[in-house]
Amino acid sequence: MGKRVGMEVAIAAAEAAALCKFDVASVYPITPQSHVAEHLSDIVNDGRVDASFMTVESEHSALSSAMGASATGARVVTATSSQGLLFMGEVMPIASAMRLPIVMIIANRAVSGPINIWNDHSDIMYMRDTGWISFFAENGQEVVDMTIQAFRVGEDRRVMLPVNVNMDGFQLTHMIEPILFPDQEEVDRFLPEYVPYATLHPDRPVSMGTLGMPEIYTEAQKAKDVAIVNSIKVVKEVWKEWGKLFGRKYEPIQSYRTRDADVALVTMGSMGETAEIAVDALRKQGVKAGLLKIKLWRPFPFAELKKAVKGIRVLAVTDRACSFGGPGGPVCSEIRSALYEESVRPAIVNYLIGLGGRDVQVEDFMEMVRRAAKGKLSEPYEFYGVRG
Amino acid sequence: MSEKKWPETWQEVNPGCMVFRPGSAAAYHTGSWRAMRPIWDNAKCIKCGVCYIYCPEGCVTEDADGFFEANLDYCKGCGICAHECWPAAIKMVNEEE
Amino acid sequence: MLEIRWHGRGGQGAVTSVELLALSAIEEGKYAQGFPSFGPERRGAPVTAFNRVNDKQIKIRSGIYHPDVVVVLDESLVALVDVAEGLKPTGILLVNTTKSLADLKKIIRFEGKIATCDATGIAWKELGVPITNTTMLGALLKVSGIVKLASLNAPLEERFGRIAPKNQAAAKRAYEEVKIN
Repeated sequence: MGKRVGMEVAIAAAEAAALCKFDVASVYPITPQSHVAEHLSDIVNDGRVDASFMTVESEHSALSSAMGASATGARVVTATSSQGLLFMGEVMPIASAMRLPIVMIIANRAVSGPINIWNDHSDIMYMRDTGWISFFAENGQEVVDMTIQAFRVGEDRRVMLPVNVNMDGFQLTHMIEPILFPDQEEVDRFLPEYVPYATLHPDRPVSMGTLGMPEIYTEAQKAKDVAIVNSIKVVKEVWKEWGKLFGRKYEPIQSYRTRDADVALVTMGSMGETAEIAVDALRKQGVKAGLLKIKLWRPFPFAELKKAVKGIRVLAVTDRACSFGGPGGPVCSEIRSALYEESVRPAIVNYLIGLGGRDVQVEDFMEMVRRAAKGKLSEPYEFYGVRG
Repeated sequence: MSEKKWPETWQEVNPGCMVFRPGSAAAYHTGSWRAMRPIWDNAKCIKCGVCYIYCPEGCVTEDADGFFEANLDYCKGCGICAHECWPAAIKMVNEEE
Repeated sequence: MLEIRWHGRGGQGAVTSVELLALSAIEEGKYAQGFPSFGPERRGAPVTAFNRVNDKQIKIRSGIYHPDVVVVLDESLVALVDVAEGLKPTGILLVNTTKSLADLKKIIRFEGKIATCDATGIAWKELGVPITNTTMLGALLKVSGIVKLASLNAPLEERFGRIAPKNQAAAKRAYEEVKIN
C-alpha cells in the first residue's frame, strides 16, 4: 500500500515515471517544467532507476532522440512546455506515425507572443492533430496516476501510440499537495515490462520512419486514425482496472452535479476544481449548475460527450487557448462540432479564460454560469474579463 | 519603488506588443531587491574604474572627483563590484545598517 | 480552511517555509497546498508564497486574496510592500521584528491582531545565520494553532538532516517567545 506524502507536483510526476522504471529520459528544461527535468536527472544520477538521461541541446533533439531510443525498444519519458513543445512540433506527428509509445509530461504554459511563462493550454492545442493520446490532470494525484497509466495505455499492443499527460504549469507543477503514491510492487503488477512490437536490431532488420508516396499516404493516415480512435477502448479498460486497484475513478468526461443541471460549465485541467466550488455555491443559491470535466482530450470522447450533455440546456465551455481567426476556443469548437448532428443538443457559449496565467476565481465561474443562462453571449467566443 | 505599467485596454496594445518608449526599463527600480549595499572607502580607492566596468547593472557611476558610487535605485546588491575591487575599497553592508 | 500569505525575499526561504508547513499539515492527515507566487526566481527580490490548510480536500486553485494570516520574514519589506493588503480584519499579521507594537503600527496599516517575534535574533543564536524561515514557522504555529509543533519535526529532519535539531530549536523558541498583541 502506497504512502500519502506532501510533494511538489512536478517532482511527483518524475517520481511516477521512476516507478514505471523508464529506460531513457531525454529532456530539455523549460519553465515551468524544469523541476520535472531536474528531478528525472537526479533519479538517474542517483541510480534509483537503471536508465540513461540524455542531456540534449534542445526540445527538438529531446523528442528526436526519445524516438530513436523508443525505436530500439526502450521505455522513454520526456517533458516540456510551451515553446519547447512547439519546437518539437515537427517531430510530434512522426512519433505517432511510427507508433512509438513515448510518454511526455507537459507542464502547460502559454505560447509566445508576447512572452509569457504562465499557465494556459495554448501549447497543447497546437498539437491537436498530431495523433498523440492526451490526458488532462486536474490535481497532483491525477498527474501521478495518469503518468503511470500513460505507459500502460501507450504500450498496449492494441494502441502503440505516444501519450502526453497535461498538467497546468505553476498551478500544478509548483504546488505542494498531498499525493498517495502506489508502491513499486503495485506498479510492477499494473505495468508489465515493455515488449515492443518491433525494435531496430541488426538480427531482425526493419526500416522505421519510411517515405510514403501519394499512393500509400492516405492508407497510412487512415490506419493511424483508426489506431487512435480505437484506443479509447483501451483507455477506458485501463481506467476501470485502475479504479478497482486503487479506488480512484477516471472517466473521459467526469460529470459533477449534472443530473438535473440547467447550465453546465465545461473545463479541462486544474480549474475544474475551482469550478466545482462555484457549482456548489450556485446550487446553494438555487441555481441548477453543473460541471463537465474533460480528462481525455485525444482521442476525443464523442460518445461520452453526447451522453454527458443529455438534459443540459446550456453548456458554458471554458477554453484556455484561442484558435486565432477561427472558431475561438478549441474545446468549444470541437464540442459544437461533435454535437452538430444531434437532434436535441444544448445551447453552447464559449469563454476564453485564464490566458497567460490570469487567475480565475470562484466568483468568475459563477458569473460565467449566470450569463450563460441566456443561451447566447454577445459574440461566438468571449475573452472573459478582457479589459477594453 | 516604481510601478510596472501596461496598457489598460486591449485597444491600447500596440501592434506586435511593441514598446516605443526608449529606456522604459529605467522605470523598474530593481534597488528594492537589495539586501546588502556597496559602500566605497575613498581612502583606499585607486580610481581604476574596475567596479564601474564589472557592474552587471551598469549602475556604478563616476563622480566629479573620479570616485565611484552605485545608483541605489537600481543596485541589486550582487556584490560583484566589491568582489572585483583590487584594493578592497568596497564593502558590502546589510541594508538595515 | 486557513489561508496564509508569506512575505520574504528570494533566497530567504519563504518557499521552504511554505513547503514545510504543507508537509507538516499533511503529516497530521490534513490537506494542504503550498505554492510560491509564480514567476521567474531571483535572489533578493520581494517574493510572496502561500499556504492553504484544511481538514477536507482543498479544491480551490485560484490565488489567495484574503488571507487569514500574513507572515513577514523580513522587516525591510514593510516599507516596500503593503504586507497587510487583503488580510482579513479578523486575521493576524505576524512580523519578524524587534520593534515595539507602537512603532510597528506607525508603518503598517492594519487594525487587527499583530504578532511579533525576533526571529532574526533567534536564528542568529540557534542557527548562526539570519535565515528566519523555520523560526517563523514556529511562531506561526503558535499564533494560528493550525498544526502541532511536533508535526514539524519529521519534515524538518527530512529537509535539513544534520542541522534539523538546530532548526527545531529555533522553531520551538519562536513558538514560545512570539508575542501576540
